[in-house]
Amino acid sequence: MNATAEALFVAEPYQPTDDVVIDCQVDKIFYGDFLAVRDSTVPIEKKKITGFIGPSGCGKSTVLRSLNRMNDLISVFRFQGSVMYHGQDIYAKKVDPVVVRRYIGMVFQQPNPFSMSIFDNVAFGLRLNRYKGDIEERVERALQRAALWKEVKDKLKNSGLSLSGGQQQRLCIARAIATEPDVLLMDEPCSALDPIATRQVEELMLELKENYTLALVTHNMQQATRVADTTAFFSVDISQGGRTGYLVEMGPTRQVFEDPREQLTKEYISGEFS
Amino acid sequence: MSQLDLTSQALDIRPRPRLQYQALEPRALKSGFLTGLTWLAALLAAVPLFSVIYMLLIQGGTRLFGADIAEVLTGLPPAGFEMGGGIGPAIVGTLIMVGIASAISIPLGILAAIYLGVLDSTSKIAKTARFLAKVLTGFPSILAGVFVYAVIVIRFGYSATAGGVALAVLMLPTVVLAAEEAMSQVPQRMKDAAYGMGCTRTQVIWKVVLPTGLPGILTGVMLAIAGASGESAPLLFTALFSNYYISELAEPTASLSILIYNFSGMPFQNQIELAWTASLVLVLIVLVFNILARILGRPKV
Repeated sequence: MNATAEALFVAEPYQPTDDVVIDCQVDKIFYGDFLAVRDSTVPIEKKKITGFIGPSGCGKSTVLRSLNRMNDLISVFRFQGSVMYHGQDIYAKKVDPVVVRRYIGMVFQQPNPFSMSIFDNVAFGLRLNRYKGDIEERVERALQRAALWKEVKDKLKNSGLSLSGGQQQRLCIARAIATEPDVLLMDEPCSALDPIATRQVEELMLELKENYTLALVTHNMQQATRVADTTAFFSVDISQGGRTGYLVEMGPTRQVFEDPREQLTKEYISGEFS
Repeated sequence: MSQLDLTSQALDIRPRPRLQYQALEPRALKSGFLTGLTWLAALLAAVPLFSVIYMLLIQGGTRLFGADIAEVLTGLPPAGFEMGGGIGPAIVGTLIMVGIASAISIPLGILAAIYLGVLDSTSKIAKTARFLAKVLTGFPSILAGVFVYAVIVIRFGYSATAGGVALAVLMLPTVVLAAEEAMSQVPQRMKDAAYGMGCTRTQVIWKVVLPTGLPGILTGVMLAIAGASGESAPLLFTALFSNYYISELAEPTASLSILIYNFSGMPFQNQIELAWTASLVLVLIVLVFNILARILGRPKV
């Protein structure tokens, strides 16, 4: 380690109180030569919602997308560290990212239903995994869990793209949970939605955590306080010329917001910078 | 002072605004004049199209929609001074050769488009291939005929296969470019969603990119087929002509476009009438393909 690296701030690791489903230890994440994120340890606990907050460019989305190897689609992406999932490092050489993504599902910022019927959208993952059981029953259950069934049950043959933005996002959530993934990653799922749709999706997240483990990136700090059990606050380090993101503090949401350990966290949540 | 010069007066002494239409105001006159001009241009542009269709219906319709329609559509081309006869072999020949061309160019074109549009759109090979495809769309069709003549006809003789290959050469760039365009317009977030569900790259293409781009791909395919159906120059060098129904792919074959060319130059009323009829049939075939393209090109859900 060189002299400047020794002076870098590293967050105190969060001590999980529950089973950890994904134990993510980032040493360095690069896009080409650009160091995007450094030294961040983020354990994701079972059947809880872990919120990722922080200013733009702090790497919170990058870390989230590293948890199911979505970043592998970017050719210059490089990950140093480990993401332990059921005792296996998903970045190990022998691991197939395609299989990882079937266990760790994802909901994106922009609602992105496929250009097919509502039913086919939800059944997509089941057919992909050659599900042998009753597809109709699973589709109905997923739509009910996503709080969309009542609105679409009479028009399952209509295009998924014919729905409103909020409905589309709930459709995407239904599509993601139809295959019963272990973990659901949500990358600012409400940023394209109006307040009413946002509220519906938030209520849905709280219901989903009965069965699933959720990780949620959000720009909206109120959203983090409303739904997240634990919160990880990231910030961006511009002292060395680059824009490298890192974990500042992680803990139970209430503690992070009411009694933060770090000065930087205090300034951010009180709105002194963003 | 112009009426529109409101800003130079103080707010409280401005006259009551006149909001009604002022028909003779210069602005309104200019707008009306330009609107009229575009109408006129649109009408003029439609004149050639409608006159061709009108002429075809008048000249070709008498035989096609007459009492001997069955003979016209199925009969053999008449010899000189012979009455009656039909264009059956030419219709079948055109359909078979367009079929051969489609069987070659559609799978090849779509596969190439997948490479260009989805797999590796910025590689050197892709850039070169795309450039060549664009050049080929403006390729004089007679050269496709000469090319196939040199490669196939000299060795194996005139045949329906050679005609089909020549038409395939002409269809290929249209199919490639249209399919690439359709597939590259599938939004990245839809592909991300598929990857996020745990699709392999093949599955993303097969289950999301191709179905989503299908309407656009089909439109391109149908336009290529319609274009190939009317080609005559490449067939002149490759399929030649025949007065009989095709019995095997390796023999000279009749086509509507060559029949029109042959018969329209003959000094017999019967042949000239049949040339008109064949023209009308050709236009109707192209029309059917275009309508199919419209129907298939509509998104399904």
